[in-house]
Amino acid sequence: MRRVLPVVIVALAALLGVALAAAMLALPPHAVRLPDDVAANIAVSGVAHPITAVLLNFRGYDTLLEIAVLLLALFGVLALVKSHAARAAHPAHPLLQTLARLLAPLMVLVAGYLLWVGASAPGGAFQAGAVLAAAGVLLRLAGLLPAWAAPALLLRVGLVLGLLVFIAVAAAVLGHATLLTYPPALAGGLILTIEAALTLSIGLTLAALYLASTEVRP
Amino acid sequence: MSVGLLYALAGAALFAIGLAGLLALPHLLRKILAFNILGSGAFLILVGLGQRDGSVDPVPQAMVLTGIVVAIAATALALALARQLLELTGRMQLPEDRADAETDDA
Repeated sequence: MRRVLPVVIVALAALLGVALAAAMLALPPHAVRLPDDVAANIAVSGVAHPITAVLLNFRGYDTLLEIAVLLLALFGVLALVKSHAARAAHPAHPLLQTLARLLAPLMVLVAGYLLWVGASAPGGAFQAGAVLAAAGVLLRLAGLLPAWAAPALLLRVGLVLGLLVFIAVAAAVLGHATLLTYPPALAGGLILTIEAALTLSIGLTLAALYLASTEVRP
Repeated sequence: MSVGLLYALAGAALFAIGLAGLLALPHLLRKILAFNILGSGAFLILVGLGQRDGSVDPVPQAMVLTGIVVAIAATALALALARQLLELTGRMQLPEDRADAETDDA
């Protein structure tokens, strides 16, 4: 039975893949034209790039919950990590340390650019946050950052800042219309405020997911 | 056949591969990897089907961007849980179900 089971699973999964492909090939043309709706409303969204408009304005609720999920995952990871005192980093090769010291400020600059350009071109809070997190991981790998098994107060503020700013903006515009419907005149500024806070929090959270659980074995 | 549809078909293949791996492979690290492949397949299907008529649809792209972040968060939590299991039991496998365990004990 044990030997037959994987074969059965692979056969069933292959069958599912073929059925999915057949269903896609048989799909009729689009019944709803969402890109047209996005293009028609982009002028009042506060940004010029359609994906950023969908993420932060038209479907802002998804993004609000997403940052909450990210934070919950970090809470889960922190709860599992045994709380040692911040472990000192293992010094890496001097060449890697020098490279990381050179690259980290550049990565912060790139993150800032990605955040700013997200209003009109591909980019935005998540891409910028990912670059920030990569800088954190690089510094950790070079042995320049201690592990974050127990984040201190300032770090905790940074981790929740994105979610709190997002909720504060959502609450502030609640009197205007439905949840997360920004007044068109303020939309651009509000979105940039949210995105700046999100960038910091996403970068710190993604970095912390790695930094909290790395253990330097002597 | 448009390029978008080709992406969606590749996504269906990845989904099937990931699903098979998730169910058939006992090692937890492989399960987590397979789960990510499965998720990537779903993302490819969403983005591919969104642009199968040639024009790019920003709505599925934004959904996939959200999905990627959630997938990263889920993967990180899964890795932390798997590591906890490794520290507690010394194994990177889920315990067998009850009937099998009783047979093993006997």
